[in-house]
This record gives sequence, C-alpha cells and structure tokens, in this order.
Amino acid sequence: MSEIKKIKNLKDFSTSADRFEGANVLCPGCAHSIIVREILNATNDDLVLSASTGCLEVCTAVYPYTSWDASWIHIGFENCSTSIAGAESMYNALKTKGRLKQPDRNPKFIAFGGDGASYDIGLQWISGCMERNHNMMYVVLDNEVYANTGGQRSSSTPLGGSNTTTPAGTISYGEKQNKKDLMGIMAAHNIPYAAQVSPNKWKDLVKKVQKGFATEGAVFINAVSACTTEWKFEPKDTMLLSDLSTDSLVFPLYEVIDGRELNITYRPKNVVPVEEYLAAQGRFKHLFRDEYKHLIKEWQTRVDENWDYLNRREAARV
Amino acid sequence: MEYKGWDEFEIGAMLRSFDGAIDDIAGTAQADRKYSENNSYKASVADWRVLKPVFNKDYCIDCQFCWIFCPDVSIIARDKKMIGIDMDHCKGCGICVEVCPTNPKSLLMFLDHADSEAELAAWPEKDEEE
Ligand code: SF4
Ligand code: SF4
Repeated sequence: MSEIKKIKNLKDFSTSADRFEGANVLCPGCAHSIIVREILNATNDDLVLSASTGCLEVCTAVYPYTSWDASWIHIGFENCSTSIAGAESMYNALKTKGRLKQPDRNPKFIAFGGDGASYDIGLQWISGCMERNHNMMYVVLDNEVYANTGGQRSSSTPLGGSNTTTPAGTISYGEKQNKKDLMGIMAAHNIPYAAQVSPNKWKDLVKKVQKGFATEGAVFINAVSACTTEWKFEPKDTMLLSDLSTDSLVFPLYEVIDGRELNITYRPKNVVPVEEYLAAQGRFKHLFRDEYKHLIKEWQTRVDENWDYLNRREAARV
Repeated sequence: MEYKGWDEFEIGAMLRSFDGAIDDIAGTAQADRKYSENNSYKASVADWRVLKPVFNKDYCIDCQFCWIFCPDVSIIARDKKMIGIDMDHCKGCGICVEVCPTNPKSLLMFLDHADSEAELAAWPEKDEEE
C-alpha cells in the first residue's frame, strides 16, 4: 500500500505539482477542471486515467495537444469505466505474472465521465465495473446537462430546468422529470465506497478521494460541477454557485460505506433557501414567473425530504 | 509543428506529454518538466481574455484560495507562497478575484490591455463597509 499524501491545509496542498494542464479549451470558469485538479493532486502516486466523451474529454485532447501529464485513454461515450477496468485487470495480470518493471508503484485507476455518460449512456457499463468490484474510482462530473453537444437534458437534469431539448416557454416550464438518484443506484451495488463531493469543500473532497484511493475495490464519486454555460451564470461565480448548491442542500455532501453505512459529511451552519440557488441561474429564471412559482415550493419540499431521508439513513446505520 | 491529417494516424495513436523519460511527475514542478510540443502547457489561451487579473502582493496573505479554485492552473504557488499568474494559461474568468479574502483584494480584474503597473499604483484602499 502506498502512503496517503499528507495534506493538512491549503498551504500544504499548494505545494502539489499539477498533472492537469492549462490551455485546455474548457470554458473560462469551468468547474470540471477545479474538480479534476483537486482529485489528481490528492495523491502523488502514478495515475492511469480515462474519460468518456464529454466536455472534459473533447476539451483536454484537442489535436495536437493533450492536457494530461499521465496515461490517459479515451474510447467512446459509454465506456471510460470499462476502459479503466480493463487497464486495471491487465495491470493485475502483469503483476501476477511478475512482468511489471516497477511492481511497487501502486498506480491509481480513475475514470471520468459527465452526467450524460454516467447517468444515461454508460450506466450499465459502470454498473458492471462496480459489480465486479474493480480496484478503480469512477468520477462523475455532474453538470446536469449534455453541455458538450449543446445543452440537451440528461437524466441528471433537475425539475424545471430549461434546456435545448426541454425549453421553458408559454406552455412548458422545462424539464418535467426529476433528477435520477445515481448515488443511490451505485451504493445499491454494495461497493466499498461511494461519496458525493463538491469542489468548494475541497477538504471534504480530498478526504473522500483519499479514502477512495485507500480502498481496495470499486469507488464511486459524484461531483457537482457548476456549469457557467448551461446553468447560465457569470464565469467568475462558479465557486458562489458551488457554495449555493451545497449550502442549500440541493447537493448534500455524504458518503455511503459498503452500501449500508451513510455519513453526512457537511452540515451547513446557515442553510440557504433553495430559491436563492435557483435565482442565481438563468436556466431557472422562468420559475420566478407567477404561473410557475409553485415549482419553487416543490423544489424546496423535495430538497427537505431528501435531507430528511439522508438524516434518517445516517441515524439508522443501515 | 507539422500537423497530421485525420487519415495519416495509425490506429491507437498516442500523444506524449513529455520529451524523454520522467520518473516522478508529481514531484517535479511544472517549470522543471520537459514538456513535449504536444502538451497543452506549451499552448496559450491568452487571446481568450477580455479581462485579466492583476496581482498585488502587498495585501496577499498566501491563503492559496486562488490557487485551489483557479480552473486553469494559472496561479503560480511556490513554497506555500502565491508568486504570480501564468498569463499564457489564464482565461480571465475572474474566480481568483472572487475567492480572494483580503481587504482590499490582492487580485482585481482589469481590461486585458490595461497597464498593470498603473493599476497597481492606483490600487483601491481598504473598504470599510465590508
Ligand atoms: S482569472 Fe481565472 S484563469 Fe485567470 S488566474 Fe484567475 S482564476 Fe485562473
Ligand atoms: S486568494 Fe488572495 S490572499 Fe489568498 S493567496 Fe490568492 S491573492 Fe493571496
């Protein structure tokens, strides 16, 4: 087992040498790269990475450039999970056969997919990887929309959001379905570790990722990624939106161990009304019109119920 | 650099991030790495910027909030100190300014063609309201 990198505070953390590079073509203010940096910097071990088709993939591998200072593979929209599982299996086979030149380097295998690639297109592939309990980490960069292809709704898109395939107007308030509970689905595979994270709470994120790295077996991480382009806010406000998402409990931060034990890892001192989270984003602007205002109430009720559910799960220890 | 056409690649083509072998990437500062021509570190997005951040070290407390939250790896931190901005990779998003906790701020946005020296000389005073 390799040592866990010691990160006591932000000053410590800032001595990390990034293995993700700038001059990628992600939008200014994109949270994807903040999340990726926090995850990669959480370890000094070698990295084997993959990415599904999506913003992160197309923007960090524009010929003739790569923005990755590590082994990185892209195959298709659906299979960053199985490509990394394949790499991990091959690594284990070579190790067993004694054919690795440096068998003690303990590389970390991480797959990155957007919500389109994870909640929709790659769902069964991830499920397979979790079920076979590969020693890998799957990370969802969850911006609740197919941002790379022009803002189509995904099954992660929340109620009332206006997107190019579910536009709000005079006869529709936008997205009709509510967001899929992927954390619940993945935890139900009884994998050793699943966690929801947000880049504004970097310490919580790093702690969970390091826990994941120290875990033998499959790890699932859902990271909320505020999207300046599709959520429609100013690029400078990415961290503000991240704060609003965690502090309004729209994105509660918690972990599930072995599919059973649930721990809430962040309890905001001042819980922000969901209305503030919605008001900060152009995609929910129409909800403030008189005819759609009831949806704001419904949002708050759903968020409260979910928070209540998580608390009950935590208390019950089941 | 010579660009290949789409039909000139071998199947499973690979881009290398570095020239030659590099053993401990995580232990090598960016400035000391031998990046290959294919690494986006060698590219620039400076022409994306409308606004640019200017750094005033007089007020900086080296909290590193700007370092952790910069999406574009453009805050240069050395030995736990914030020492400047990588203007080839900064896209001018303004996150670093938003998260900077000092009063007055140690980072502010100006038009990309503004004279940084002049802006530094005219840096705002402490804001008593906050
Ligand atoms: S303006 Fe944005 S890209 Fe530039 S240094 Fe600040 S946070 Fe980084
Ligand atoms: S956020 Fe401001 S005070 Fe903190 S290190 Fe950056 S410039 Fe200095």
